[in-house]
Amino acid sequence: MNKHDTLLLRTEGLSTWFPIRRGLLRKTVGHVRAADGVNIKIRRGETLALVGESGCGKTTVGKTILRLVEATSGRAFYDDVDLMALEPGAFHDYRRRLQIIMQDPASSLDPRMTVRDSIGEGLRAFGMVSDDEDLTRQVAELMQLVSLDSDTMHRYPHEFSGGQRQRICIARALAPEPELIVCDEAVSALDVSIQAQILNLLERLQAERNLTYLFITHDLGVVRYFADRVAVMYLGRIVEDGPAERIFSEPRHPYTRALLASAPSIDPEHRGVEPAALGDVPSPARPPSGCHYHPRCPVRLGRCDRDVPPEVNFADGMSRCFLSEEQES
Amino acid sequence: MTPINQRRWRNFKANRRGFWSLWIFLVLFATSLAAPVLSNDNPLLIRYDGEFYFPLTNFYAETEFGGEFETQADYRDEFVIELIEEKGWMLWPPVRYSYDTINLDLPVPAPAPPSADNWLGTDDHGRDVVARLIYGFRISVLFGLIVAIVSSVIGIVAGATQGYFGGVTDLIFQRVIEVWTSVPQLYVLITIAAILEPGFFILLGIVLLFSWVRLVGLVRAEFLRGRNFEYVTAARALGVGDRTIMFKHLLPNAMVATLTFLPFILNGSIAALTSLDFLGLGLPPGSASLGELLSQGKRNIAAPWLGLSGFFTIAIMLSLLIFIGEAVRDALDPRKTFQ
Repeated sequence: MNKHDTLLLRTEGLSTWFPIRRGLLRKTVGHVRAADGVNIKIRRGETLALVGESGCGKTTVGKTILRLVEATSGRAFYDDVDLMALEPGAFHDYRRRLQIIMQDPASSLDPRMTVRDSIGEGLRAFGMVSDDEDLTRQVAELMQLVSLDSDTMHRYPHEFSGGQRQRICIARALAPEPELIVCDEAVSALDVSIQAQILNLLERLQAERNLTYLFITHDLGVVRYFADRVAVMYLGRIVEDGPAERIFSEPRHPYTRALLASAPSIDPEHRGVEPAALGDVPSPARPPSGCHYHPRCPVRLGRCDRDVPPEVNFADGMSRCFLSEEQES
Repeated sequence: MTPINQRRWRNFKANRRGFWSLWIFLVLFATSLAAPVLSNDNPLLIRYDGEFYFPLTNFYAETEFGGEFETQADYRDEFVIELIEEKGWMLWPPVRYSYDTINLDLPVPAPAPPSADNWLGTDDHGRDVVARLIYGFRISVLFGLIVAIVSSVIGIVAGATQGYFGGVTDLIFQRVIEVWTSVPQLYVLITIAAILEPGFFILLGIVLLFSWVRLVGLVRAEFLRGRNFEYVTAARALGVGDRTIMFKHLLPNAMVATLTFLPFILNGSIAALTSLDFLGLGLPPGSASLGELLSQGKRNIAAPWLGLSGFFTIAIMLSLLIFIGEAVRDALDPRKTFQ
C-alpha cells in the first residue's frame, strides 16, 4: 500500500472572510475574502505545498485549519471529524495533533521565556509532563532531535541565531507529538544555506515520525525540492492542484504558468517563455468578477469576467479554468 | 536577576536623583512606620520598684505606681512622674507627644510657636506638630500605597480582559469607563460623606472607586498590541489557555507600563487624600492628617509654622516620589534597555 493513500485532512468550501468596518457604528461595509471556498486534500505522510503571491490568503488557510482564525463557512475534515464544527473544548484534543511553525522565529518566541519554557509550553498545556525533571528530560530529547545542544535550554531566544531559533520553534511544534504540521513560510526568513539545513531537518523528521506537512510558501524553488503535491492559490481560491512534478512540467492554469515563469530559473531555455501576469494583484476586498484572474490573464475568454470557472478534475489534479474544461472534453 | 533586569537596575542607578530619592524616601517611610516608638505620650519603658513596665503595650493603673486613681496612669502628669521617679526611671521616645496628645501646659494660647518642648510648635488644639507630621506622613504613604496597589491590580485585570478579548467586551467596557470617569468625584464624595462618616477604609474605597480607571487604558493598549504577537499565536496553537497566555506572555509587557505609572498613582492618591482632608471631607476629626494641618495653617495665618511644616512635608514627599517615578521610567524605557 502506498504511504500516501489515507486522507488526513480534507477541506470543503473553507472560507474565511474578514469584515471591513467603517464609520461610527462600525457597520460592516464589505469583506476581505482571504479564503473563499478552499478545497484541499492532504494525505497522511505527504507534503502539500500551498503556493501563491503575498496576500492571496495562504496563511489564512493554514490558520483557519488550526482555528487560530475562525472560519466564516465551510468544513475541514480531519480523520472524518469536522474541525470547524467542534466546540472549543473538544477542539483542544485536536490542537495537539495539529501544529504550526511560523515564518519569523525571532518573533514567535517569547523573549522573556527560556528555551526550556518555550519548548515545554505545549507539553505543559497538554498535561504531558509529570514534574519539572520530566520536563527537562523531554525538552532535552526534543532539542537533540532538532540537533540543538540541550545544555543551552536555560538561555533566552536572543542568544541564538536565526537558524537555531527556527530549530527551537520546530522542537516546540514537535513537543505535543503532532501528526500534521503547518509550516507557514517556515524557511522564508532564513538565509539560503540555513534554509537547506532546516528543510533537511524537516524531511528527516517527516521520515522518522511519519509527519504530514502543509507547507505554505511563495518560494517555488523550495516547493520543487520539498513538496509531493502542490496547490496554487490566487485571491482566496485554489486555482490548480496536482502532483508537484506535473505542476512544474505541465501547468494547466494560466496563473500557475505565470507564477512558474516569474520564478528565476538557471536554465536559459526556460527564461521568459511564458507571458508573465499582467499588472498588479487586485484587492481581495474587491475581487474581480467571474474568474478572479481574468484582468491579468493573457489567454482570457469572453466569459471569464462573468462566470466563475468550475473546478475541472483530471486524473492528476484540478484546474479552475474554462480552457481546462475544453482540454478535458 | 535576568540580564534585562540587571540593565534596568543599572539604568535606575544611573539616575542619581531618583536613586537617592528612593533611599531618602525609604528611610523616611521606615522611620514613620516606627511612629509609636518615635513619638508617643507614654514612655517606652518604666523601671519602678525593681520591676520593668511596658506602657506602650500594657495597661497600668495609676495605683500600681502608688497613685490614687484606678484609671490608666497619665505618665505626663507631674504627680505620676514624681511617683515613678522616686523608685525608678522612665525611658521616653524622642518626641513625648502622640498625634492626639494635647499639651495642656502651654505657656501661650494654642497655637504655640516652636519651642524646646514642641519643636515645630503646636496646632490650634495644642497638639504637637512634629508628632502629627510623623503620623500624618505614615497614614498618607500607607493610604497611597494601598490605593496604588489595589487600583493597579483592578486596573490590570480590567485592562487585560478588555484588551485580550477585544471586540464587544472592549466596546462595552470602554463606554462604561467613559461614563464612570465623567462622574464628578468630589460631589460623590461630599454626598457619601454626608451619609457615612468617612473613616480610613471608607475613604480608601471611595478613592479606589475612581482611581482604578487610570491604568485601564494603558494595560488595555498593551494587551491589544500583544495579543497579535506571533508568540501569542504560537502559544494558542500549542493549546495554552487564555489565562496562562495573559499571565505569562502578555502581563510582563503590561508590567513595564504599570510600574512606570505606580509612583505617579501613589503621588496622586496622596494628593487626593490631602485635599479631601483639607476640605474637611477626609479622615475623621482628630486623626493625624497633613491636609488638616494645611487647613489649620490657612485658618491661622499668624502661626506660620503650621502651614510651612505641612507644606514642606507634603512638597518633599511628593517631590521624592516624582523623582523616583522619573528614575523608574528611565529604567524601564525600552530605548534605554535595548540599546
